Amino acid sequence: MKKIPQKEIHKYLRHNKKFPHVWCPGCSDGIILGATIRAVAEIGWEKDDCAMVSGIGCSSRMPVYVDFNTAHTLHGRALAYATGIKMAKPRLNVIVVTGDGDASAIGGNHLIHACRRNINLTVICINNNIYGMTGGQYSPTTPHGAKASTMPFGNIDNDFDLCKLTIGAGATFVARTTAYHATEMQSIIKAGFEHNGFAFIEVMAACPVIYGRWNKKGDAPAMMKEMKDQYIPLSVFDKLAPDEKMEKSPRGILKAVLEPEYSERYAELVKSLQSREGEKV
Amino acid sequence: MTTKPKISFKKEVRLSGSGGQGLLTVGLILAEAATSEGLNVTQTQSYGAASRGGSSRADVIISNQPIYYPEATRFDALVALTQESCDKFLPSLGENGILIVDTVFVKNYNVTDQKVFALPFTMIAMEQLGSALPTNILALSFLVYATEIVSEKALKAAITNFKPQFAESNLKAMKLAKKLVAEYDLPMQE
Amino acid sequence: MEKTDKAVLMQGNEAIARGAVDAGINFFAGYPITPSTEITEFMSRELTKRGGVFLQMEDEIASIAAIIGASLAGAKSMTATSGPGISLMAEGIGYAKMIEQPCVVVNVMRGGPSTGLPTQPSQADIQQSRWASHGDAPAIVLYPASVLECYELTIRAVNLAEKYRTCVILLSDAMLGHMREPITMPDLNNVQIIDRIKPTIPPEWYKHYPDNPKYRAPLASFGDGYRFHVTGLAHDALGFPTTRPDEIKIMAERLNNKILQNHKDLVQVEIFGDEDARVAIFAAGITARAAKAAIKTAQQHGKKMLLVRPLTIWPFPDEAVTKYLSDKRMIIIPELSQGQLSHEVKRVLGVSKKTRRIVELQKVTGELISPEEILNSSREAH
Repeated sequence: MKKIPQKEIHKYLRHNKKFPHVWCPGCSDGIILGATIRAVAEIGWEKDDCAMVSGIGCSSRMPVYVDFNTAHTLHGRALAYATGIKMAKPRLNVIVVTGDGDASAIGGNHLIHACRRNINLTVICINNNIYGMTGGQYSPTTPHGAKASTMPFGNIDNDFDLCKLTIGAGATFVARTTAYHATEMQSIIKAGFEHNGFAFIEVMAACPVIYGRWNKKGDAPAMMKEMKDQYIPLSVFDKLAPDEKMEKSPRGILKAVLEPEYSERYAELVKSLQSREGEKV
Repeated sequence: MTTKPKISFKKEVRLSGSGGQGLLTVGLILAEAATSEGLNVTQTQSYGAASRGGSSRADVIISNQPIYYPEATRFDALVALTQESCDKFLPSLGENGILIVDTVFVKNYNVTDQKVFALPFTMIAMEQLGSALPTNILALSFLVYATEIVSEKALKAAITNFKPQFAESNLKAMKLAKKLVAEYDLPMQE
Repeated sequence: MEKTDKAVLMQGNEAIARGAVDAGINFFAGYPITPSTEITEFMSRELTKRGGVFLQMEDEIASIAAIIGASLAGAKSMTATSGPGISLMAEGIGYAKMIEQPCVVVNVMRGGPSTGLPTQPSQADIQQSRWASHGDAPAIVLYPASVLECYELTIRAVNLAEKYRTCVILLSDAMLGHMREPITMPDLNNVQIIDRIKPTIPPEWYKHYPDNPKYRAPLASFGDGYRFHVTGLAHDALGFPTTRPDEIKIMAERLNNKILQNHKDLVQVEIFGDEDARVAIFAAGITARAAKAAIKTAQQHGKKMLLVRPLTIWPFPDEAVTKYLSDKRMIIIPELSQGQLSHEVKRVLGVSKKTRRIVELQKVTGELISPEEILNSSREAH
């Protein structure tokens, strides 16, 4: 991993009128924005060639801050907008920033179908286990038993494991990291960017102001420490006994395989039809 | 309105039966034939949500004048391949209209001034063409020979162009229809 | 499609698809729904062969999202659906209007509400096409009445979307969509095709949204080097979110005025029959054909009648309604809905006067209104 200094990051930000940002004190979104920019800088992508697309939610406010081609779209629909952008201009590097509710509740259908197509998009799914922007309602990733403004007596729903979900749906690159592991996050996001196919990266994020208060998690450092303890490297996790696994979650690259990418597959189809057309003439 | 330069004509045809009998196909073929003769045509259709069963109909209006309303209202010819469609549409058959029914499915039809051509089209197709599939082409061709609504040449071209892989058997059905019309004895009018 | 001297038999839905391709549509995303599916099927063959993009998405919400995304990346894009699909696309239509991104949505109307009558015609999405999305941005909506017009108005819809930077809705219906008529393809060299203007100024001067609604501003695409931002939030001239009332006012007025102040360019109306008749019909799309047949019959009996037919449904042709219908003794408004068009005519003409009768002839049974029914309504007047 290459160290990207702070002043390098500033080259990728929009300074005119966009700051201060909307995120609460202690929110992990800024750390994730930083790691995302560092990964872009490390690869050396031109800003003109990058598009960042988001849905609705706290994390989905990210595009306004970066000096890319940016679209803040509708709740749950970022992947469908991104699919249109990528297919219309495949040379663009399309980054999708989404949250747990945005990606897996209202946008769950788009998520599984984008996985299935294996279209070259990189999804950074910031999972804070709650709907933050609307004030703390439970999401599909709110853990069973946890509290939220619409589960004040504790969550009776089962929660999604987004990595298992996307692996099952056919994503060719799936990884999990956390806001605590900021440098590892940078390399994982970079690997996701470089993956030719659909890349899904779940970034566990701390929401001390809303999720933390509902569930008495303490302040941001306390929540960071909890992430540090709970999310362990996949290789370590695999060696745990079944009952030990209950307490921990794996992080790192969970799946990475190469399969034909959708926009390339489409281009090949067009090419083969046009050459066939030529034969006729 | 001033004098009209030519005699205007307008023919309205309804082809009716149930889904799967190929009525929309023959509606299309008739419309193609009329188009190739440089006439104005509208072909509309009405069918249920399923591709099999339910009632299905195709209307073809042919005229040398602009056609405004696209559905047939007073039919010059009605083809009915089911009892239900015959019952439903017979009241709208024009005074001098002709009715063509497949007697395999249509048993009752009360007509007064109209000409009726009643034949077991499905049975004839099975016996003489080896399949019930071209029944629709048989009935359409019968209609064309009986009414001369479009020319034989135009019909032949439209049938040939429709699905070239079925052209041979469809043209056989057309030929058979010509024979059936020639041999048909119209019941005595009162 | 190549120009033809001889007429070719074509279905309404195919004419829409051919019009789209000829207008330069190079991106189509859709989801199967009766009675619009033929458009989607045609595009799946034709766009792929031509090197455009065809996508069958997971639902209508994704379809409108994909075409707006593609438009952001520079494509001329379209989708086609029917009522239930429009209901799902409503939020996306509002987004396209809000971010002012060109795209075209075809609605081949079928009976509703809900699943309704999938294979049968309706005109009950007239108001939905105006108000589909929440919020109150105006709409551009066109409605053809023949297969040839399906072709022509699709080209016009694409042109207007590009010119006015908005989502244009093209209405059709189950009857028109599946109807076949011979049409002579026009010479494309004589057909005006409007493309968006690309900016040429340095990126740092580029404003994504113009201050003047009359001004047709250049529109940059993703990847062109202009790096703009779009959001469904209220935004300033650069596209960044704002809660400043002065900036919101500019945005809201632009969305409204760019359409309302250009209504002369947008509104098309056909006048058919006798302008000095005492009885007039106001009808659109497939129903206007019954009206024309009725007028022809009336004329043969020495009676005069007039038809006013909007080809542009929205913005509503207020001026034509006032001009041609104010002095009529009787106005018949036949429509396949329960008063969606007549509501507008009554709005324009004001409360009914003693000297004028408005006859609302409405049918929502999946059948067309026949010329005879229109003539029957007119009998009392003569």
